[in-house]
Amino acid sequence: MANSADRKVLGYRRENGRVGVRNHVIILPVDDISNAACEAVANNVKGTMALPHAYGRLQFGEDLDLHFRTMIGTGANPNVAAVIVIGIEAGWTNKIVEGIATTGKPVTGFSIEGNGDIKTISMASYKAKEYVQWASELQRSECDLKELYISVKCGESDTTTGLSSCPAVGNVIDKHCANGGTASFGETSELTGAEHIVAAKAANDEVREKFFEFFNDYTKLVFDQKTNDLSESQPTKGNIAGGLTTIEEKALGNVEKLGKKTKFVGCLPPAVAPDKAGLWFMDTSSAAAEAVTLWAASGAVVHLFPTGQGNVIGNPIEPVIKLTGNPKTMSTMAEHIDVDVSPVLQGEMTIDEAGDALLDMVVRTANGRLTAAEALGHREFVMTKLYRSA
Amino acid sequence: MIQFLVHDTVDNVGVAVVDIPANTDCTGRDLSTNKPMQAKSLEAIPLGHKIALKDFKTGDEVTKYGCVIGRIVKDVATGHHVHTQNLKTKRWA
Repeated sequence: MANSADRKVLGYRRENGRVGVRNHVIILPVDDISNAACEAVANNVKGTMALPHAYGRLQFGEDLDLHFRTMIGTGANPNVAAVIVIGIEAGWTNKIVEGIATTGKPVTGFSIEGNGDIKTISMASYKAKEYVQWASELQRSECDLKELYISVKCGESDTTTGLSSCPAVGNVIDKHCANGGTASFGETSELTGAEHIVAAKAANDEVREKFFEFFNDYTKLVFDQKTNDLSESQPTKGNIAGGLTTIEEKALGNVEKLGKKTKFVGCLPPAVAPDKAGLWFMDTSSAAAEAVTLWAASGAVVHLFPTGQGNVIGNPIEPVIKLTGNPKTMSTMAEHIDVDVSPVLQGEMTIDEAGDALLDMVVRTANGRLTAAEALGHREFVMTKLYRSA
Repeated sequence: MIQFLVHDTVDNVGVAVVDIPANTDCTGRDLSTNKPMQAKSLEAIPLGHKIALKDFKTGDEVTKYGCVIGRIVKDVATGHHVHTQNLKTKRWA
């Protein structure tokens, strides 16, 4: 059953046919100065969620494009039922509203200039109340497991992640993609030392060349900005405490998440949605909250997060399922872990069994079980900013 | 009990999967062949940390997962702890 191609989940089928596993009504600020109004609306109307962030003013070029993609993609994610957008002015607010509206889901924008916070909050609160009561009557329905778009990224890795939790994710990737599912990996800089392994997994030369384009660009960025050999940042202090010594060693454990058999079918810029099934590379930061925010904006509905030393990240839009193979982390930080694969280290659990346990947790999470990160209130929403504003 | 694992037969370091005290005869396993291995720790190797399976000289490459993970910057004898004090990245340096 664990790997059955016709395995079902209970999801929310959205207006555009896409399947989500959560039913959020979000209050989305276009910019930093609209956070206060969004938080006031979310406080007025229970069951809604504001997504405050730090940016959205005077951005330009590729950085502005990414800002709009992230905003629109977050609202468009199938885990979101309806959206209130609030911005300081009507132009950019409407652009985001129109982008989200292409999904067919309810979305309304409000702008603060000419109204002030209090009037805006009042108008938006009436609409938010209408949305949340409407959303609360939406029912889950039977959907195929393969309809879930899954993202994967590890954090606070150690050598146990390369031995157990990352291969367990790779096992799920192999099973999910063989069944016609969609998945995405990224962490461009953390592929350094294992880029030849990633390249060998490209479906064809065109995909391989595109991957190297993204990889070489990111490597250049690191070289242009770095002031030392990065040994203070990569590996992280947590990685080093866990026994990882070099970026190469970290990367070789990381790429275990790609699976044994799956070839990746394409390369995506940050926050761009895959347009067909299969495994995709996305150009992302290796910082957990930034990367997961980009995947949520690309439409991913469940995230698989192996950790060694105990990264505690969550995301407001996509549930983050954590697994660890480190028995010490399991004994000291169990409240953050959804799946324990530490028996792999003693040969008491195979990677295939660990993958099945994780796939079972994907199904349970999709059916409504709150992840550890959701239960503990982790809602890290972190926009990726490419450079300074104008 | 398994005390250390080796990803690939060509690897020259093992990974401790329990805290290994100094001067301990250890049982390990080669994950690529599933064959048992033996090693002796000459210093404490914490869970997750690497034990040298050969004598390394400065400039030698360290292999794990069958791939090079960096170069030795200070001689390491078999059974000792391989980490940031004697192993550095070959990238970004």
